[in-house]
Amino acid sequence: MGWQPVLRKTEMSLLEIKNLHAKVAGAGGREILKGVDLVINPGEVHAIMGKNGSGKSTLAQVLAGRETYEVTGGSVLYKGKNLLELSAEERAREGIFLAFQYPVEIPGVRTDYFLKAAVNAVRKHRGQPEIDSMAFINMVKEKMALLKMDKSFMARAINEGFSGGEKKRNEIFQMAVMDPTLALMDETDSGLDIDALKTVSHGANSLRSPERGILVVTHYQRMLNYITPDYVHVMIDGRIVKTGDKNLALELEEKGYDWLENDDRDAA
Amino acid sequence: MTQVADSTIHLSNYSLLEESAANGHAWLRELRRAAMERFKEVGFPNSKTNEEWRHTNVAPIAKIPFKLGQQRADSTTRAIQSNFTFGEHHTAAELVFVNGQFVQELSQLEKLPRGVTIQNLDQALSQDGEGIKAKLGRYADVEKNPFVALNTGFIRDGAYIQIARSVTVDQPIHLLFISQPGHEPTVSHPRVLFIAEDNVEATIVESYVGAEGSQYFTNAVTEIVCGNDCRIDHAKLQQESLDAYHIATMQVDLGAKTTFVSHAATIGAKLSRNDLNCTMAGEHAYATLNGVVLIGGTQHCDNHTLLDHAVPNCPSHELYKHVLAGRATGVFRGKILVRKDAQKTDSKQNSKTLLLSDDANMNSQPALEIYADDVKCTHGSTIGPLDEEMIFYFRSRGISYQAARHLLTYAFAADVTRRIKVEPVRRRLEDYMARQHGLPQDLRITDLGAHDEAVL
Ligand SMILES: Nc1ncnc2c1ncn2[C@@H]1O[C@H](COP(=O)(O)OP(=O)(O)O)[C@@H](O)[C@H]1O
Ligand SMILES: [Mg+2]
Repeated sequence: MGWQPVLRKTEMSLLEIKNLHAKVAGAGGREILKGVDLVINPGEVHAIMGKNGSGKSTLAQVLAGRETYEVTGGSVLYKGKNLLELSAEERAREGIFLAFQYPVEIPGVRTDYFLKAAVNAVRKHRGQPEIDSMAFINMVKEKMALLKMDKSFMARAINEGFSGGEKKRNEIFQMAVMDPTLALMDETDSGLDIDALKTVSHGANSLRSPERGILVVTHYQRMLNYITPDYVHVMIDGRIVKTGDKNLALELEEKGYDWLENDDRDAA
Repeated sequence: MTQVADSTIHLSNYSLLEESAANGHAWLRELRRAAMERFKEVGFPNSKTNEEWRHTNVAPIAKIPFKLGQQRADSTTRAIQSNFTFGEHHTAAELVFVNGQFVQELSQLEKLPRGVTIQNLDQALSQDGEGIKAKLGRYADVEKNPFVALNTGFIRDGAYIQIARSVTVDQPIHLLFISQPGHEPTVSHPRVLFIAEDNVEATIVESYVGAEGSQYFTNAVTEIVCGNDCRIDHAKLQQESLDAYHIATMQVDLGAKTTFVSHAATIGAKLSRNDLNCTMAGEHAYATLNGVVLIGGTQHCDNHTLLDHAVPNCPSHELYKHVLAGRATGVFRGKILVRKDAQKTDSKQNSKTLLLSDDANMNSQPALEIYADDVKCTHGSTIGPLDEEMIFYFRSRGISYQAARHLLTYAFAADVTRRIKVEPVRRRLEDYMARQHGLPQDLRITDLGAHDEAVL
């Protein structure tokens, strides 16, 4: 435990998670994160892999500010500031974006209206005026082309009646529109056929930039063929037990997770 | 009986009315007298003993000495009227009533198409046409509902609309009922009789509004009688004063292949109760009864609907949405009655309620009574707060908690309001909701609904 990867030294990390503990909120809620350590620097792509139920989504949700979970220990610095005291909407306005594993359907609210409201919320936070309609339309068109989406998407209610693949595509499309500083992608690859996986991964990959940090949560290696991670972490039972480079993902694909679990138990 | 004591004021109002009644045709006097007898006999419904009124306690209505209101048209009336009028370019006719009585100078009846008769009831009664005699009071049942009896006992004024065979009225016919009591609480008993012969297409809108902060009681009855092959669109906007009581019964009778669509919107009144009874009397009649209730504070609204399938092959649809804030209470009782012969009935009912506070309360009860064997009837009812997962989705995109709540509430109600074809009514509801939820005034329901072209 507490094993820290040797990290490239920069002036300030984008995200610095130290010994993070979180439980399901409310009396008797069980502990899910049991001491997570993770540092993401600008420009880096990190992947977290792990079996179902190991706590990957919980970590992503906690970072996005979901109040279903209560942080019981540790700290999270985002751009050097305490992330945990910001509300979910403040985090989003500060550039954190979560692409959900299970995006919710929201009947009655059009995607275009919603997205414009989101873009304007961020702009307001930055002291910018509301986005010009033409500029918005042009930006949206460009991102839709990137993700090979039909424009009819925009007139549909958010995720309503979308297939699993359409929902995931919509998440990455929104991510491209929101242009985040820290992108969290939770199992974006699940439910995608191979063509969709390529398109979506290409979309995500195009967001790689020297300023941006990306955290890809997955339990298969396949998406990492398209978005090559700088670091691969393995999460077991609410902790990161191993960190390596992209080859670790291949190794996991081959050997599964059990050998690590045993390691973990031995170490404990 | 205590009930009779509670009715005293209405009985004395009745005596006054009968003494002064000019439109004293024998048949009408008899209709009123019999109805009043019935009301005297049963009195106001008791929520403890009358199942139909179990969730709505009308005792406060019985206790207040409401006097029959006077007709008036002063600056306050005009201010209210100008707020609610559709404007002359958006109506085929607009009839304005104040305290239950027709006000000619505020109304517009100039541009009626051929084959359309629209009069205030008082005038129509004085002409004593056969149509009115044959239909008035024949549909709304004084035996079933004490308030119908009370209204019928007080038939004095209201609207009479008669549309001849194969006439299409392009623009809505708007009936605007304004209540404006003086220093005493008033009661009005508006009565509407709408008769469409065969193959008629028309839109009728009823608005019930009042001087804000004033105490009064509106007890309305509307009879809608449609022949065959009609396309009738109906909308009702109830935005009474928050100190008002509003009780209304609408009785609808549909001939074969007639399509009837009704939207009932409730915003106002301290206590309101709507009984909407729709009889599918001819095969392939198709009824849609939708409703939206947006209330808060200590408001109470009770919607009772009855879809009476009397003949085979009729579809019916019903969607009621309640948004309850504060300590508001809502009641929905949707009864679908499928009579023995009504095979191939296809009826869908849905009641959805959004509780915006822990103190709001909803009672939703479907009631299916089915005597035919080859029918399709479904109903669903959901009651709950806003979905936290949806709210989080908005917040995770930078939209504030409050804005997320407002948008989701708006979208919830918009599911019904966007279906309202009468633009001034839909607009009014949109504006009301936008104001209530601090959303931009230029936001339209159609911006949110998923039913239009994309902006791209
Ligand atoms: N809100 C919650 N209430 C109760 N248990 C939860 C909740 N969220 C997650 N869990 C449990 O915590 C564990 C980790 O879940 P999750 O973070 O979704 O795992 P992963 O994404 O790695 O599959 C699972 O056992 C899951 O059932
Ligand atoms: Mg998960």
